[in-house]
Amino acid sequence: MQKYFVRRLLNMIPTLLLVSLGVFALVRWLPSDPARLLAGVDESGAVDPVLYAKIKKDLGFDQPVLVQYISWLGGIVSGNWGKSYLSGMEVFPQIVHRLHFTVQLGLVSWLLGVIVGISLGTVSAVRRNSPIDIAVTTFAISGVAIPHFWLGMMLIVVFAVWLGWLPYGGFNASLFTSPLLWMQQMLLPTFVLGTGLAAILMRQTRAALLEVFREPYVLTARAKGLKESRVIWGHAMKNSLLPVVTIASLQFGTLIGGTVVTETVFTLPGVGKFIIDAVLRRDYLVVQMGLLVLTVAVMLSNFVADVLYTYLDPRIRYD
Amino acid sequence: MGFRHTLRNLMRVRLAKFAAVVLGVTLVAAVFAPWLAPHDPTKAKPWDSLRPPSATYWLGADRLGRDQLSRLIYGARVSLLIGVGGVGIAVLLGMSIGVTAGWYRGVCDELLMRVMDGLSAFPALLLALSLVAIVGGTVLNIILVVGIVGTPWVARVIRSQVLSLREREFIVAVRGLGAKPGRIMLKHLLPNCLAPVIVQASLAVAAAILLEAALSFLGVGVKPPTPTWGGMLRHAFETVSQAPWLTVSPGVMIFLVVLAFNFFGDALRDVLDPKLRGTR
Repeated sequence: MQKYFVRRLLNMIPTLLLVSLGVFALVRWLPSDPARLLAGVDESGAVDPVLYAKIKKDLGFDQPVLVQYISWLGGIVSGNWGKSYLSGMEVFPQIVHRLHFTVQLGLVSWLLGVIVGISLGTVSAVRRNSPIDIAVTTFAISGVAIPHFWLGMMLIVVFAVWLGWLPYGGFNASLFTSPLLWMQQMLLPTFVLGTGLAAILMRQTRAALLEVFREPYVLTARAKGLKESRVIWGHAMKNSLLPVVTIASLQFGTLIGGTVVTETVFTLPGVGKFIIDAVLRRDYLVVQMGLLVLTVAVMLSNFVADVLYTYLDPRIRYD
Repeated sequence: MGFRHTLRNLMRVRLAKFAAVVLGVTLVAAVFAPWLAPHDPTKAKPWDSLRPPSATYWLGADRLGRDQLSRLIYGARVSLLIGVGGVGIAVLLGMSIGVTAGWYRGVCDELLMRVMDGLSAFPALLLALSLVAIVGGTVLNIILVVGIVGTPWVARVIRSQVLSLREREFIVAVRGLGAKPGRIMLKHLLPNCLAPVIVQASLAVAAAILLEAALSFLGVGVKPPTPTWGGMLRHAFETVSQAPWLTVSPGVMIFLVVLAFNFFGDALRDVLDPKLRGTR
């Protein structure tokens, strides 16, 4: 187990390097030259060559690309992520500050999606072909096809514009000092973000349970006169939840990716909104680091999913 | 069991019919947009700003006084073009990479698939929006970006198919006959791994349309004034408290078209791959 864990961790390194190379290249291939941007142009549209050369030297752009890449990597590891070319602010503390919110949003939505998805999926499998099953299946099919930002908009129209029950968006509450406000502000975004996950998990739970119900040991459990609840909870659930748990944990990454849209619709102070604002302002260093941070977050969550899976399934042994 | 089974099959056929109708109507709207649209989709008429639905403007007019229905009809063009075009690029790229990796194996396989791993490590939307931010929001660029984002999954599906096919007798026989690798790949390997790709492709079109809509909504999609459904939603969202009705129609269209492509993919799977029938 430990061996597998270490090997899986080592396996991540080449992918991580590739990802970092991609992110580095993304900004280096830009048509616009950051040094030129910083130096500015005079009335005739020309750049002061002395100033330009100095800025290039300060940014390290006069060195070979490989050296630049390595010093960039070194900077990331040591927390020196550089300053935004536009605002001049340090990127690292700003992203860390916003990551705090995005992780909060992601975790709450994920929990909601998992709880709703698995429980509704179970109900619909147990009461197969009943009106509840049909309702759940319809919800599951629509939940995958609905654009998240549109769902968010419709909820804002209904609950903020028409009914006036909830805020349009924004976030300034804390779970500990103002729990009621926190719930008000978190309700719609987590609903939007959790819906997609819930829809996927409903389908998976339902399909997995229906498959397990056909197994001989479930038949045996029923034949020996166990109560239906004991058959479901004691026998069927344990075996059917394994693939569901895997998918649920793998979907955490997708969820983090989806925060970009949700944070934009509800104007929330997370990394996703930060990246979009930077894209629109052409603040490429911020885009670069934001992309890197969220991608690494997704990779880590996939790694945890993988480890969890091997831990949960005693049949799988990798060493 | 018999009745329920039939009911289920009927449901499937009904869903496939629904998909055919939605996709047919959207395709007609996209192709014949200039003849179907009652107004010019890009002409601003400030005096008609935010008109509610009426006989002149069936779905109302946006903030610039442009007819919502006409923009919706023209928007179908962009959605379908980017959805189908992007997946087309992904299939072409992914097939070449997948077949090459699966056939040659070794270092070539390792290298190509590592790059695919790296590419798919990025969250799709984030990768797409960073790329579009750099290359600029034209329809062609977005098709290419959607294609690149979708390439890894095609490559993986094809590679795994090729890995098992290459050991089969008929391929061994063709090799024995002295066929060149290029011929084996094109004539014998590719046709045999198409079925799962076709099924996945129709599901991927749905994902591509959602991706394009999200990009346009975020303001990094196709540049205005070209009408796109995601762009219309972005625009409508700015005036949501004065004209909430504008946010309804583009969302409904995206939802219906994505739903239709999903149903279409499920129906295709049933037809092309009877082994998987009813598993989803």
